[in-house]
Amino acid sequence: MSSKKKAAWTVGAVIVIGVAAALAYARQPAIPPLAQAPAASANQSLLAQGARLAELGDCMQCHTAKDGKPYAGGEPLATPFGTIYTTNITPDVETGIGGWTQEAFARALRKGVSRDGHLLYPAFPYPHFTRMSDEDIAALYAYMMARTPVHAPAKANALSFPLNFRPLVAGWNLLFLDEGPLPQPARTQSAEWLRGRYLVEGAGHCASCHTPMNALGAEKSSQPYAGGLIDGWNVPPLNALTLARKPWTVDQITAYLRTGIASEHSAAAGPMLPVAHHLANAPESDVRAIATYLMSLQPPVPAQPAAPAPAAAAESQPLSPGAALFNASCAGCHSAAAPMRSLGDRPALELGSTLNADSPRNAIQMVLNGNPWTGSSAAHYMPPFANVLTDQQIADVLAYARSTYAQRPAWNDLPAAVAAIRKENSK
Amino acid sequence: MVKLTVNGVEHDLDIDPSMPLLYALRNHLELNGAKYGCGLGQCGACTVIVGGKPVFSCLTPVSAVGARPVRTIEGLGTPEQPSALQKAFIDKQAAQCGYCIAGMVMRAQALLDERPGATEAEIREHMQPNLCRCGTHMRIISAIVDASQTLRKQRQAENQTARQAVAAIESGDQA
Amino acid sequence: MNQPLDIPHDRLVDHKRRRFLAAGSLTVSFALMPGAAVLAQRKTEDAAPVAAAGAAKLPGNLSSTPLLDSWIRIDEQGKITVYTGKAELGTGIRTAFIQIAAEELQVAPAAINLITADTGLTPNEGYTAGSHSTADSGTAIYNAAAQVRALLLQSAAEKLGVPADTLRAADGVISTQDGRKLNYGEAVSGLDLHRNAEPTSPLRDPKQHNLIGTSVPRVDIPGKVSGGASYVQDMRLPGMVHARAVRAPSYGARLLKADVEGVEKMPGVVKVVQDGSYLAVVAEDEWQAIRAMRALTSSAEWEETARLFSPDALYDTLMKMPAREIHVGDRHGQAEPGVKTLQARYTKPFLSHGSIGPSCAIAHMEGDKLTVWTHAQGVFPLRGGLAELMGMKPADIRCIHVPGAGCYGHNAADDVAADAALIARAVPGRPVRVQWMREHEHNCEPYGPAMVTDVKASLDASGRVVDWQYEIWSNSHNQRIDNAGRLMPSNYLAKPFVPAPPQPIPMPEGGGDRNSLPLYNFANYNVQHHFLPDMPIRVSAHRGLGAFMNIFTIETFMDDLAAAAEADPVAFRLRHLDDPRARDVIELAAKEFGWDPKRKHVPNRGVGFAFAQYKNLMSYMAIAVEIEVVPETGQIRIERVVAAVDTGQIVNPDGVRNQIEGGIIQSASWALFEQVRFDEHRIHTFDWSTYPILRFSDVPLKIDVHLIDRPGAPFLGAGEASQGPTSAVLGNAIANATGRRIRQLPLAPRLQDTYTA
Repeated sequence: MSSKKKAAWTVGAVIVIGVAAALAYARQPAIPPLAQAPAASANQSLLAQGARLAELGDCMQCHTAKDGKPYAGGEPLATPFGTIYTTNITPDVETGIGGWTQEAFARALRKGVSRDGHLLYPAFPYPHFTRMSDEDIAALYAYMMARTPVHAPAKANALSFPLNFRPLVAGWNLLFLDEGPLPQPARTQSAEWLRGRYLVEGAGHCASCHTPMNALGAEKSSQPYAGGLIDGWNVPPLNALTLARKPWTVDQITAYLRTGIASEHSAAAGPMLPVAHHLANAPESDVRAIATYLMSLQPPVPAQPAAPAPAAAAESQPLSPGAALFNASCAGCHSAAAPMRSLGDRPALELGSTLNADSPRNAIQMVLNGNPWTGSSAAHYMPPFANVLTDQQIADVLAYARSTYAQRPAWNDLPAAVAAIRKENSK
Repeated sequence: MVKLTVNGVEHDLDIDPSMPLLYALRNHLELNGAKYGCGLGQCGACTVIVGGKPVFSCLTPVSAVGARPVRTIEGLGTPEQPSALQKAFIDKQAAQCGYCIAGMVMRAQALLDERPGATEAEIREHMQPNLCRCGTHMRIISAIVDASQTLRKQRQAENQTARQAVAAIESGDQA
Repeated sequence: MNQPLDIPHDRLVDHKRRRFLAAGSLTVSFALMPGAAVLAQRKTEDAAPVAAAGAAKLPGNLSSTPLLDSWIRIDEQGKITVYTGKAELGTGIRTAFIQIAAEELQVAPAAINLITADTGLTPNEGYTAGSHSTADSGTAIYNAAAQVRALLLQSAAEKLGVPADTLRAADGVISTQDGRKLNYGEAVSGLDLHRNAEPTSPLRDPKQHNLIGTSVPRVDIPGKVSGGASYVQDMRLPGMVHARAVRAPSYGARLLKADVEGVEKMPGVVKVVQDGSYLAVVAEDEWQAIRAMRALTSSAEWEETARLFSPDALYDTLMKMPAREIHVGDRHGQAEPGVKTLQARYTKPFLSHGSIGPSCAIAHMEGDKLTVWTHAQGVFPLRGGLAELMGMKPADIRCIHVPGAGCYGHNAADDVAADAALIARAVPGRPVRVQWMREHEHNCEPYGPAMVTDVKASLDASGRVVDWQYEIWSNSHNQRIDNAGRLMPSNYLAKPFVPAPPQPIPMPEGGGDRNSLPLYNFANYNVQHHFLPDMPIRVSAHRGLGAFMNIFTIETFMDDLAAAAEADPVAFRLRHLDDPRARDVIELAAKEFGWDPKRKHVPNRGVGFAFAQYKNLMSYMAIAVEIEVVPETGQIRIERVVAAVDTGQIVNPDGVRNQIEGGIIQSASWALFEQVRFDEHRIHTFDWSTYPILRFSDVPLKIDVHLIDRPGAPFLGAGEASQGPTSAVLGNAIANATGRRIRQLPLAPRLQDTYTA
């Protein structure tokens, strides 16, 4: 059967099941609301555990609008089906979850059901949070109830018909929600691996970005961790880390996730940057466990010839247009003798996935947007070049970097690719 | 030869195409405003306006500028005839060592060109790429807010005049 | 003329004046220099020369430069030139000194031509540092101008045949009661100002002041907002070449090889200068110099041997290093027995000056004469160091101050002047402009030292502090140009110069112990300074020196004591302070802030209070803040700041406000965000991403500075009054908001930690 026909059958099946499920399961019972938010817990270690889980789960990232108060929601999530606005999960009774019992909270995380019984869209990755233990959910609940309540009513979603019909989610759940904890692994595994799996498949919900989505917005179970596309950035696969120019290791992954940079790769950027900010606040042992689990998903390190060193910077010859642009705009940080490399111990340009990837998308995004400051903190900052260089110039400088540093085959149609991504970004 | 249009004047410069605009401005056109602060796009002391956008001239190759007009602080006004923004900086005494100020002014000018009447919150956010070490931030913000309001009133007055002119034409007056 | 600063590259060397100075006043040189006159420098941070033995006590730096015409000259066309040995660092003293001179000379500010720090023209006033400028140089000009005015009137009286006290001077014109006039040019004819000043001066009554106490707009700002030539970086001399140094990747590294030959062939390269491990390149065009520097850097190989600190063990290591014990002070008195004792330890990292414009200098070797244009804080000490470095006589070197970006202490300004001199010698006849790169300024400059402070105090039953024990561990805060070896480039020459050993600055100025003596009326206290002479990381003076850390410690500990005494922080301080000027600023700040001892705690919101008198000698400042903390992100929003300041007689109120506001924001940056990064071998701070400072996102929403003017009182200086109190007030507000007391600077990263520990 052709994939188009398969998709059509799948959609058809979902609609039939969905309608049936809608009638049967769409409305779950409401759990009565609390009159006021529970008093903040005095159990400091429970709160600290909850705080750590919130960092591991990166809750604040989605549930906080730009310039908004933490957890007060209102952040637009662009999905293939339209825009969904995240909810206010501060303990405000009227507009947040202040009226939710722990039971209601747990049900939302495990089943994707709101306190009043309506179904949550799986943009909220409850198929992952369902893996969390009772204890962790209790700690997270205590932490969320100790946040500052913010009065911020929900924004209306902008989803296209028929997806704005929530009961259809019941059908989606029947197909894609595997409730409850993870099954026991096939073989005996170390405690660290088990912890890592618990975090990656559970609160960490890495697959929400790192696994491609099917037509119904669910993770393709046949291609776990094969990569994705989020907010205009290619999300690298997590099942090919040993195929990188320098194979990833547990140490490198741990450093990358905690500090936002890996010495044999590059800096976290785009949608991954806030993840690294939050994992910086998680215990090192947890992040190392995540790395251990991820490394277990990898193919063996291939026997490959060492990548050639990039050609020495041609300082004394007349420069090609791309080289001239690189010299002025990039070399101050990215050339081999630049202080960022020698004094800053930052990785070489040719090591990162960006310049080595088959698609130029991420390289184009990096050059257009740079890597931003976060307030007055340290950052792996890169300035944006969207207003400095034209599409052709970005194409020229990327072609130069690709050939001189990464030494990979040229990307095709670079100027058009730059123009297209610039246009995407302006929407 | 590299052609650059700076403050409305076209120049033909026999310079290395890989030269950042900052050095062309300072050394070949003898303009002092844009300054070397870091050469890394982190401090904004080199900020000028290219094609209507604020850019770090320390990272802009002269070969990339093309026909896009370059504006520096020298093009805004003089001490005797300062622009609204420059006058606001002088009135608020918005400088201590002053080294960051030309970059601040150009960064702000780019915002006010597009949004006269920009609010203080918008101004604070817009100025984030620029650093000041002496701690003159309060006065810098105050000066830009001041100029923002001046320019908004000017824009309103201009619109008012334009509307009146259009109305006059439409009603057949030959004023 | 009060124009934006003219870059004096066309100023002819005034040989007559230089001979005057050599004959008529003290010339600075250094005890360690062979053949130089031994001379006395004040044991203060600015190291200005002391008065000659037996000299009359004269106001300010007239004491060491007593000749009136060293400070003020008036020619027969009436042109007035005022000289100061201090430099405009961006604090506004150029304008303030013009005001002072114009006030006492009774002319318009535009009539004053002020010449600053120039070994060929001005008095030697040591370094522009330690808030001494207005206090010492301003006072000298204040008094000299008053005395010159009186001499002019006397001279006019003789010419006009009337008693001097019937004459009036205004706007450069002297008039009799019957309407006859003489302008200053006419009055000065025959008057010899080459005479010593008197100990007292006919200063104008402050009630009559029309310039002092007025917010005269700064003369340099219009140029700075319109692209005027304002900085040494803006100078363009005929035939000038551009140079860049190639710096070692760690202290004391040895250069093994570099592609000198290849780089010398690059377009525009005039020369590669190599002398031992010293390496620099000169080119016709600046971009050519940068490209050549990059190529030379890329080809250079070094042998590195530096051993720094282990970052996790910095403070433990400091406390175990060999120390020279300095007993800073003590007091013993009767007191009630202590019933409650508190103690705490505080730490401060290395701090960078973080000048926005990396250091720059121009040097021109013509025959056997060297001219250096520099933004160094002390042109005379620099000249001495360069003379030793170059094997030249000081008289053959002229150092002229031209402003650079703000330096906030001893940054790389002196080092780059040494680079320029060394390279100019290799390219004689052409002015050489050396610009340090951002990474070199961050990586190689001397930092404010890391410090540890320990404090222990006891309260009696009534909640009064009865005993106070304080200890400081710190390197020297003053590694200025005592000899050529203190100029970093000299350490890399084939025949290297060795820096003179560190010398502590004695109290009452102090270095690491600046402001360590509590101003409060504790019956008993003891303060000990463990001065650490070994300096694995390069250190020197950083604005305020030890005051920043000592005030942070004292004022945050005072809050802890107040809490233990169940007292309001403001009332607690007032209880322990007798000085009425100290009480005035505290009461004014508390009132303007609306300090409410009964304020109810609101979660995540806090208020704080702090106070200090800089060095226990200079300006008084009290400050209150209100903040909000976002526990989920560790972000601190400073919502409003209220400060009250007493700087003695105010010359320019807006100028004082500007300095105080600026100091508040700068200190907030130091206290919240800053620390130099390093490991056991290298400094890893090299740019703003590895040394972030406060950006617009963290600027307070509102700052109000209230000034207390004291007309007729001595000038106290405003440049360093706010740094100490601001760090403490933020520490106190954070403790108030969160219930967590953080004693390790910087504060912001640790705030985040406290929530997820």
